Amino acid sequence: MKRIKTPLNKKEVENLKVADEVLLDGIVYTVRDIAHKTLVEIIRKKGEMPFDLKGQIIYYCGPTNTPKGKIIGACGPTTSSRMDEFTPILLKTGLLGMIGKGRRSKKVIEAIKKYKAVYFLTYSGCGALLSKYVKKIRTVAYKELGPEAIYELEVKDFPLIVAIDSKGGDIYA
Amino acid sequence: MRRIYDYQIKELVKKLCIQANTVLRRDVFAALKSALKKEKNKIAKRILSAIIKNALIAQKEGLAICQDTGMAVIFLEVGQDLKITGDLYKAIQEGVRQGYKKGYLRDSIVDPILRNFLDFNPAVIHTEFIKGDRVRITVLPKGFGCENKTKLRMFNPTVSLKEVEDFIIETVRSAGPDACPPFVIGVGIGGTADYACFLAKKALLKKIPNSKFQIPDKSKFSNFQIFKLERKLLDEINKLNIGPMGLGGKTTSLAVNIITYPTHIAGLPVAINISCHVLRSATEVL
Repeated sequence: MKRIKTPLNKKEVENLKVADEVLLDGIVYTVRDIAHKTLVEIIRKKGEMPFDLKGQIIYYCGPTNTPKGKIIGACGPTTSSRMDEFTPILLKTGLLGMIGKGRRSKKVIEAIKKYKAVYFLTYSGCGALLSKYVKKIRTVAYKELGPEAIYELEVKDFPLIVAIDSKGGDIYA
Repeated sequence: MRRIYDYQIKELVKKLCIQANTVLRRDVFAALKSALKKEKNKIAKRILSAIIKNALIAQKEGLAICQDTGMAVIFLEVGQDLKITGDLYKAIQEGVRQGYKKGYLRDSIVDPILRNFLDFNPAVIHTEFIKGDRVRITVLPKGFGCENKTKLRMFNPTVSLKEVEDFIIETVRSAGPDACPPFVIGVGIGGTADYACFLAKKALLKKIPNSKFQIPDKSKFSNFQIFKLERKLLDEINKLNIGPMGLGGKTTSLAVNIITYPTHIAGLPVAINISCHVLRSATEVL
């Protein structure tokens, strides 16, 4: 079992191989459909990003509301392919990792290879279990979007499987 | 005439929304446990264990099993001899809203054009009338990872059963890892286009047979044919090697549930509605 920490560095990412099981400590940013569209618009207009993408991991996740006494509600991954059209430009801007569920497009795989990034899977449909690995949550931007807002999650021992590695190897190929 | 009030309906719907989203259906849970026993693939076993652990945590702590608490689909079966006082549909929608709020579920519902109206409802309501003076209410929260993989095809009446089977298997194959396997496959065959889609969704409510399940009476020939078709499709789907999270193994589907209805001489609608492994529903009679 490998261990990684955020922010990621290129060397660490290049050591990860398809099907490796990894535990993650550090920060992930939840960004899904609408927030992806927004971030890409900001990049195109050279505007100010709500957080620095360099070396960071985006988690495709929209948590439930937070029950009383909990840090976060259920927070499993959503379908990654819906983000495919936005991913290459985020990778170009410095993003190094993504967590989600399911397959990615050819263009995304090529971009992951080009920018030496990594795409992880985590247990899909296991939002209650995954909430146990989240230690802190902070709203970064777009609070009005509710579950589609950008949240910063501090995670410990978050379980991941490498699905696409920096050489373009794909677990679903 | 037996009488009930709209607030009783509201309270029941509220309870069922929370229950469905936090307590995994017993037949689904049993099917997952039995799949774990039979599965040989190491990673598939690990994922199935995580899925089972997830359901236990959710139930114990009252957490949503999955963060996608779905769009609530309500199956309302109203006894024709029952008098309901008040506004029935309003009570259901209010029950959904209150249940999702109280259960800390996710506000996933938006206006389809503006896409900006965030809330917990409205739900989709299917109403049918039945005999008697009771009302049977089922809440099925449907996540969209799997709902997005829905397919409808209008076949020619001369189509072979083999072509229909291939369509079902191909739909499962193309849903693949994205829709959170292991699945339950709801299939509606017959009726009209809209009715086949309704039957496919309703088929998800059919209980998954357990290992002690009795094979149906051969004398009920039509049922037996459907049962045989369900078993055959399940076997073939589980040979696709998709497996939990699409990472391989023989647990691609927990069940194939088919409902049929007579159709027109000129066609054969076949609809497929896939459920992820978090197949949730809760039912109660009032």
